[in-house]
Amino acid sequence: MKKFAKILALALALILCLGIFAACGKKDDNKLVMATNASFPPYEYVENGEYAGIDVEIAGLIAQKLGMELEIQDVEFGSIIGGVQSGKFDMGMAGLTVTEERKESVNFTTSYATGIQSVIVLEDSEYTSYEDFYTGYDAEGNPEDVIEGVMIGVQQDTTGDIYASSDPAEWGFGSDNVVRYKTGNDAVQALLSGKVTAVIIDNEPAKSYVAANEGLKILEGSYTDEQYAICVSKENDELLEKINNALAELTEEGKVQEIIDKYIK
Amino acid sequence: MGAWFKDFAAEFTLNFINDDRWQWLLEGLITTIIITFFATIIGAFIGIVVAIIRSTHDKNIDTMKKRKGIGYYFLKIVNFICTVYLTVVRGTPVVVQLLIMYFVIMASSTNGTLVAIIAFGINSGAYVAEIFRGGIMAVDNGQFEAGRSLGFNYIQTMIYIVSPQMFKTVLPTLCNEFIVLLKETSIAGYVGIQDLTKAGDLIRGRTFSAFMPLIAVALVYLIIVMVFTYLVRLLERRLRKSEH
Repeated sequence: MKKFAKILALALALILCLGIFAACGKKDDNKLVMATNASFPPYEYVENGEYAGIDVEIAGLIAQKLGMELEIQDVEFGSIIGGVQSGKFDMGMAGLTVTEERKESVNFTTSYATGIQSVIVLEDSEYTSYEDFYTGYDAEGNPEDVIEGVMIGVQQDTTGDIYASSDPAEWGFGSDNVVRYKTGNDAVQALLSGKVTAVIIDNEPAKSYVAANEGLKILEGSYTDEQYAICVSKENDELLEKINNALAELTEEGKVQEIIDKYIK
Repeated sequence: MGAWFKDFAAEFTLNFINDDRWQWLLEGLITTIIITFFATIIGAFIGIVVAIIRSTHDKNIDTMKKRKGIGYYFLKIVNFICTVYLTVVRGTPVVVQLLIMYFVIMASSTNGTLVAIIAFGINSGAYVAEIFRGGIMAVDNGQFEAGRSLGFNYIQTMIYIVSPQMFKTVLPTLCNEFIVLLKETSIAGYVGIQDLTKAGDLIRGRTFSAFMPLIAVALVYLIIVMVFTYLVRLLERRLRKSEH
C-alpha cells in the first residue's frame, strides 16, 4: 500500500509539471490572434475547411480597421478565457456572453450582438410564460419559490444552464430543479416524454427543435437577453480601446447588422 | 515556486470553495454510490438466477433428454431466454442501453436515478451470470458426485458443496466486475443524472478550468477502488484459511 501511494504521488507530481509547458510560446506584433470554439453556428463554425460565421466576419473587419492580420485559433470553449488572460491569445470571440463572473477574469468590449434564451414547453402545456413556474412574488416583484414538480431541462454548461441553476430570488429555478443533458436534443426528448416541464435553450437551436418535433412550442418572450462581446486581457487596455473604436465605426456603418442579418433570418 | 503555490491555492478556491462547489462533488459521490450499490444488488440477483439456470441446463440437459419430461422443455425455454438476455446485454454498449432505458422503455419515469439503477443492474447481471457460471463449471464434477452419493439432493449439493468452492474461485473476477460497474456509472450524466463525473463536468463548465475538477474526480474514484480492493483482499485471505 505504501509503495503504491509513492507511485501515485509521483504520477500526480508529473501531471502537475505539465502545466509549466502550457505557458510557452512567442507572439507576432502584427497579428491579431483570436481564440474561438468553432462549433457554435451561426456565430462560428467550419465550412469547407474555412472558418465562417458572424464572429469570424466581424473579427475580420476589426483586424482590417486595426491594420493587423487576423489569426484564428480553434480551442476548447472552456480555455478561451484562460488563454486570453494569460496572453496566449489577444482576444476571445465565441458568442461569449458577458457575465459578472467572467468580468472578474477579463475585460469585455462593447457588445456587438444579443442572444436570447427561449423556453420550450409541450403544446398543450398549461404554462404561458416562465413566470408561471413560480409560486408567487414578493413585494419587490421577485419570485418566491418554484412550483413543486417543475423541472427545467437544459444543455449542460450553456448560459441557459447557469441562469436556470441560480436561486429563484435571482429568477433562476434552483440547482435541484434543473436537469442537465449533454445535448440540447436530449433535453428536448426528455421534455417530449414528460421528464421535464420545460427546456431553456438558445433561441436559434430552439427554433429548429420545435420545427423537427411535433407537439412543442416556444413560449412568448425570452427568458434572458444576453450580450455577446469580445474579451481582452485586463492588462491590454490599449487593444480594448482600439477594438471598441473599430466596433463603434463598424456599427455606425451598419456593417455589424449586415453580417448578423446575413446569418440569422 | 511561491507564485505557483498561490495560483494553486486560487484555483483550488475557485473550483471547490466558491459557490460551495464541493457540495456538488459530495452530492455526486452519494449518487454514484447509491447507483452502484443498488445496481450491484440487482446484478448479483439476476446473475445468480441466470447462472443457476444456465449451469443446470449445461450439466443435466443430456440426461433429461432421455426422459423428455415437462422439466426438460421448461429448462430448454428458460435457458433460451437467458441466452437471449446475455447476447443482447453483452452485445450492446452500456451507454446505449442506458439511453434506451431512459428515453424508450422507462420514458414515463421521472426518476433518473431509478432508471440508471435498473439499467446498470441489468447490464451487470449478464456479466455476473457468466462469472458465476464459470465458477460453477470450474468445480470438479467429482465434488458434485460425492455430494449426491452422500445423500444430498441436487439443490443441497449446489448449496453446501458447490457454491462455497465456486465463491472462492469467482471472488477476484467478481471484484473486478464491481470496479467496472462503479466506473461505468460515470456515464449516468448522459441522462441528466448528477453523479460524481457530472459534478466535475459542471464545475469545469463554470470555472473554465480543467485540471482541478478532473483530478479531484479521478482521485475520488481511485480512492474508492483502492479501499474496496483492500477489503476484498482481506476477505480473500480469510477465505483461504479454510484450505488447510
